[in-house]
Amino acid sequence: MSETIHVSNLQQGYGKTVVLHDINLSIQSGEILALIGPSGAGKTTLVSTIMGMLKPQQGQVTVLGQTMPNRQLLAKIGYMAQTDALYEALTARENLNFFGAMQGLTPEQLKQQIPYAAGVVNLQDDLDTRVQAYSGGMKRRLSLAIALVSDPELLILDEPTVGIDPELRQQIWQELHQLATKGKTILLTTHVMEDAEQADQLMMIRNGAAIAQGTPKQLIAAYHVDSVEAVFLKAGRQQDENNRHI
Amino acid sequence: MRTIAIFKRVLQEMFRDKRTLALMFMAPLLILTLIYFLFQSNNDQTTTLGVQNVNSTLVKAIDNDHVTIQQVAPSASAKRVIRQKDYAGVLVQKSDKLTLTLQNSDQSKSAILKQSLQAAQIKLKTQAMATTLKRQGQALQKLQQALAAATRNPNVAQNPAGAPNVPSYKLTTHYLYGNADSTFFNTLLPIMMGFVVFFFVFLISGIALLKERTTGTLYRLLATPVKRSEIINGYLVGYGLFALIQTLLIVFYSIFVFKIQILGSIWNLLIINVLLAFVALTLGLFISTFAASEFQMVQFIPVVVIPQIFFSGIIPINQMAHWLQPIARIMPLYYGADAMSNVIEKGANFMNIGFDLTILLGFAVLFLMLNMVTMRRYRQV
Ligand SMILES: Nc1ncnc2c1ncn2[C@@H]1O[C@H](COP(=O)(O)OP(=O)(O)O)[C@@H](O)[C@H]1O
Ligand SMILES: [Mg+2]
Repeated sequence: MSETIHVSNLQQGYGKTVVLHDINLSIQSGEILALIGPSGAGKTTLVSTIMGMLKPQQGQVTVLGQTMPNRQLLAKIGYMAQTDALYEALTARENLNFFGAMQGLTPEQLKQQIPYAAGVVNLQDDLDTRVQAYSGGMKRRLSLAIALVSDPELLILDEPTVGIDPELRQQIWQELHQLATKGKTILLTTHVMEDAEQADQLMMIRNGAAIAQGTPKQLIAAYHVDSVEAVFLKAGRQQDENNRHI
Repeated sequence: MRTIAIFKRVLQEMFRDKRTLALMFMAPLLILTLIYFLFQSNNDQTTTLGVQNVNSTLVKAIDNDHVTIQQVAPSASAKRVIRQKDYAGVLVQKSDKLTLTLQNSDQSKSAILKQSLQAAQIKLKTQAMATTLKRQGQALQKLQQALAAATRNPNVAQNPAGAPNVPSYKLTTHYLYGNADSTFFNTLLPIMMGFVVFFFVFLISGIALLKERTTGTLYRLLATPVKRSEIINGYLVGYGLFALIQTLLIVFYSIFVFKIQILGSIWNLLIINVLLAFVALTLGLFISTFAASEFQMVQFIPVVVIPQIFFSGIIPINQMAHWLQPIARIMPLYYGADAMSNVIEKGANFMNIGFDLTILLGFAVLFLMLNMVTMRRYRQV
């Protein structure tokens, strides 16, 4: 096992505003880490910084041993954005082909990878339909397939399970666990507790600060509660109390 | 490799939207055809001139194909006659004083009347001159005969008798470009060729990139190892090809339907328009940064595109107020239209349009750099 992502003392924001303070994070290869937090907590900001889309205001981010931002390294990251960014006039296959080519795949590799990626999200029968005819859930699934298509070492998924039915969600989690056992690293954000329970590592973010970090079991034990949800609520109350004392 | 993939995608999207595609290729032809006919019908305009107490010799001199003469009752007021009968003008003679009253709601009619009057004046003067000369000639002849008789010099008498030749010039006109039927359309066409390409590429590419911004695909694209320059290059090749097709279409349409003569090489026209398309593309992409919606993109047309038409040579630049002239020099379309006109009407070769092309290239490079900078907002490497 080697370290895939390392974040130290990160402060991040937009312009002069500060959104994230003092974030420290380490993910080993083959691990699944879930960032949990309410919307507006700063999950997307953290994910974008790890991708290297934003330069850290302070602190350092390394991915696969390289300091971010680093354009070339993006070839090794499969990214699923929070909002579906798809070419609606094109078919699903054309979208997969295009983004695959952007990731640096050859046409031969794409021919192999597209059926696999579409299979994971049950889209194999709709590959030649234009995206504008897709439902919201189908678009979400296509976005995930695009992240998977380049067989990346690191998957960064921003709210991957929104709008996906429970049965398919189960199937996707199975695939994610399988990828992890093959040594791929997965970082995902969510505000759904069921997703959190499936992850190896959790990082809870609230108001731009990490309030709890560890495996689900460790956290449940440390906070003396019986669910991940209860950990989050208790950690949140403690954060509010600490802030009141300052 | 990535550039080609982006180029392919730009084309795929363009060809999916059949209506826009048809609009981009058919609309210019439609507009040009319309303009063509608009300028054709202008040739045989006639106007009506009312005359009051005007000497009949003068009236006869004024009469021509473009003017219909109507007699006006001696007592009527010129103003009232013009209002009631919708004459373009009324000419009144009082002893040797002529007064022309013009309706002037249509300046071209006024111009015809003024021209006809001037022509009549010249006609009368030459007639008068001819008569005097004839009389002088007769006097001279007599004098000559007398002289001949006196000196017995036969040569003098053999001189062609009669009036000394009133020089009657026969004018033959050679047209270096076009012919006697050339209209303003001939001036307009090269400018329109450049303008159409500029306008469509500006609008379509600007909206395309705007859509990439608003749907998030640009951000998503920048989350791959693609270089910013590869994105722009993909767009350049895609829209360059588009400009090429559009130019060819307009050129061949002009040659076969309007029977327009193109003195220079069509290759040069293609080069100019592709370069103009590059400027329009890079400008469109840059401007789209400041638009939040497609409607806002359209709002930029009166600011960015329309003023360029006025400075593209439709109104000759050297006839403009001096302080206005430098403005033309900052308009890309001015250089494009200038090069186009020179190739089509003066047969300019590649070297002749080199200056215009260089400036266009400069514009493209400038806007290209601005684009690279604005795309930094999305990915800081
Ligand atoms: N592009 C941006 N410019 C300025 N502020 C932003 C931008 N994106 C997000 N923010 C702000 O940063 C904070 C965290 O947002 P985000 O990271 O999207 O949260 P989450 O993904 O957890 O919902 C929010 O207060 C949001 O308003
Ligand atoms: Mg988010």
